[in-house]
Amino acid sequence: MEELTKVEWVRLPLSTNYAVAYAAKDADIDIVSAYPITPQTTVVEKLSEFIANGELKAQMIHVESEHSALSAAIGASAMGARAFTATASQGLELMHEVLHIASGLRLPIVMSVAARALSAPISIWGDYTDLMNTRDTSWVVLIAGSAQEAYDSVLQAYKIAEDSRVLLPVMVGYDGFLMSHTYEPVSVLANSGAALRYIPKKVTWATLNPERPITVGAMANPDWYYEIKYQQVEAMKAAYEVVKEADAEYGRTFGRSYGIIEETDTDGSDLNVLTYGGIYGTLLESSEIIRKNGIKAGFARLRLFRPFPYEEVLKLAEKSSALVVLDRAITYGMPIAGPLAREVISVLYSHGINIPVYNFIVGIGQRSFTENDALKVVSASFEMLKRGQKIDESIYWGVRE
Amino acid sequence: MELELHPLEKYIRTEKMPTTWCPGCGIGTEAQAFIRAVDELKIDPKKIVIVSGIGCTGRMPHYLRFDGAHVLHGRAIPVAIGIKLARPDLKVVVWGGDGDILSIGGNHLIHAARRNADITVIMNNNFIYGLTGGQVAPTTPKDTLTYTSPYGPDSKPFDAVKIAAAAGATYVARWSTAYPVLLKESFKKALQHRGFSFIEIISQCPEIFGRINGFKDPYGLYQKIRKIGQIRRGIGPFETKYDWNEEITLGEFVNKDEPTYLEQLSQIIKEAQESGQDEA
Repeated sequence: MEELTKVEWVRLPLSTNYAVAYAAKDADIDIVSAYPITPQTTVVEKLSEFIANGELKAQMIHVESEHSALSAAIGASAMGARAFTATASQGLELMHEVLHIASGLRLPIVMSVAARALSAPISIWGDYTDLMNTRDTSWVVLIAGSAQEAYDSVLQAYKIAEDSRVLLPVMVGYDGFLMSHTYEPVSVLANSGAALRYIPKKVTWATLNPERPITVGAMANPDWYYEIKYQQVEAMKAAYEVVKEADAEYGRTFGRSYGIIEETDTDGSDLNVLTYGGIYGTLLESSEIIRKNGIKAGFARLRLFRPFPYEEVLKLAEKSSALVVLDRAITYGMPIAGPLAREVISVLYSHGINIPVYNFIVGIGQRSFTENDALKVVSASFEMLKRGQKIDESIYWGVRE
Repeated sequence: MELELHPLEKYIRTEKMPTTWCPGCGIGTEAQAFIRAVDELKIDPKKIVIVSGIGCTGRMPHYLRFDGAHVLHGRAIPVAIGIKLARPDLKVVVWGGDGDILSIGGNHLIHAARRNADITVIMNNNFIYGLTGGQVAPTTPKDTLTYTSPYGPDSKPFDAVKIAAAAGATYVARWSTAYPVLLKESFKKALQHRGFSFIEIISQCPEIFGRINGFKDPYGLYQKIRKIGQIRRGIGPFETKYDWNEEITLGEFVNKDEPTYLEQLSQIIKEAQESGQDEA
């Protein structure tokens, strides 16, 4: 607690994009490479302002595409620099092959993602289709639910990424527009020094060095490729623990921590709703009208998507009569099409838990999801639960068929 | 009697009006010059396909009543080549901004020019990423500002005329929104040209580029563009200038006749088939 008293904060009205930029500045990043894409752009605009004003001593690379943005971050990180980039939507898709390079080379790059729908047709609006497509890239994926949490998560992200047990890149996602462009009061550190006590700048990963030449990423044949990739499996397992440690240490140092799943009223409820991102705020707002309608609903928000937090999901499931899973992305061709719902069902099945999981697809391309929608979704689920009904197909909430 | 909104109304998706382009934007001038060119050439509108990527200019296929595809950022050129190879009878036009064509799609531009692909590429150059709110572009001139280069760009700009010409484009011209009639005439040449035609248009973005660079209204920025745009005839692409303080050279710099991509492909197939017959 002694450390806590030393930390000074400044409370500012910030969009989540700006909160992320402040966190990257306070992490004293050495390099930022990025390409403009809605709704990410103001992250790097703010960073270029910090650099131009001398508030952040870093190099900003104005690259010619997102493919180059992450590639440049890889080059810088491989040389021992603390690297940062930010993107969204098609930018994240264009990076896709490079995502695997960053994790395969075990480089602790941090990237923010203002989650947005994918083309075609073009939609600049928010959903989580882009972020969910990174599922198998071996990146640690955090999803924030507020601007404050995004700020804290970026600092935690460097703690996780640079931990020698992990050495994997970390992505911090949040709702495009609903969070990226809305302002909230955010406490940021009065000076970066405090952040650097939490994430000291120390090169914990293997770097290039012309003094002792090595080659990274070189050809691996069938005799060793498998083992090298298995190391990423192990690193992901370690990351699961390190994410919790980093959050706990953040709490001890700065007085704020989030855990892996944020929960409200989940004990002794009729059913529990699980989701991710900013929509959790809408659920909390709806809790009163849901209660007035005679349903005791609990709400939970997943903060970590990869590694998948199966222990916390199991604990939540064990105390739930049913889980309502709200997904803002579609896995095409699967009857249960919500990416989170699919992971939840997989975890429950392998642990022999057989409760109803009601998966609703909501907020696609930023289709509005209001408190009233939340009430209707919970009521519909509660009716199904009372009838003992299960579903074998996701419910596409509000779609005009 | 039905009211005619505009003599060229048949080329415009009036139901999509108003456009998302800001008041004073130069893209509308380009659109009008283009449909005038199509009208004067009496090209069947059903024989034109417009392909665009992302950016303010990328909205073009929304507003013009031609077959169109609004594709990924930077990828309009390869999509257009695919369309042209599948339907060589169509006139395929790519319309994009400087970020789309020169930055994320720059590689496609040089390779389409190298192949002399039989398409027309129109590039609106407003010196900045307008749609995303004003970031530094590969065309941002020295001594101008953007929101990601608040003290000026860190690198020298691309001169699209020189790039297209060096890569092998067989028609290369640069105009500005100050010369819509000359632009229209250039569009007519490009649409009739065999092979890869490239037209860059220096254009005003008053809301984003204009504001950060101290132009209080669209007219001021338009005047600046009019002043620096110097038309020069009879000079080659490498004698042109791209200088915000002195001159951005306008005119037609390359116009030559060479076999198109499709003709080269067909020739190789023909020769291979003939030599195969000889062996048999």
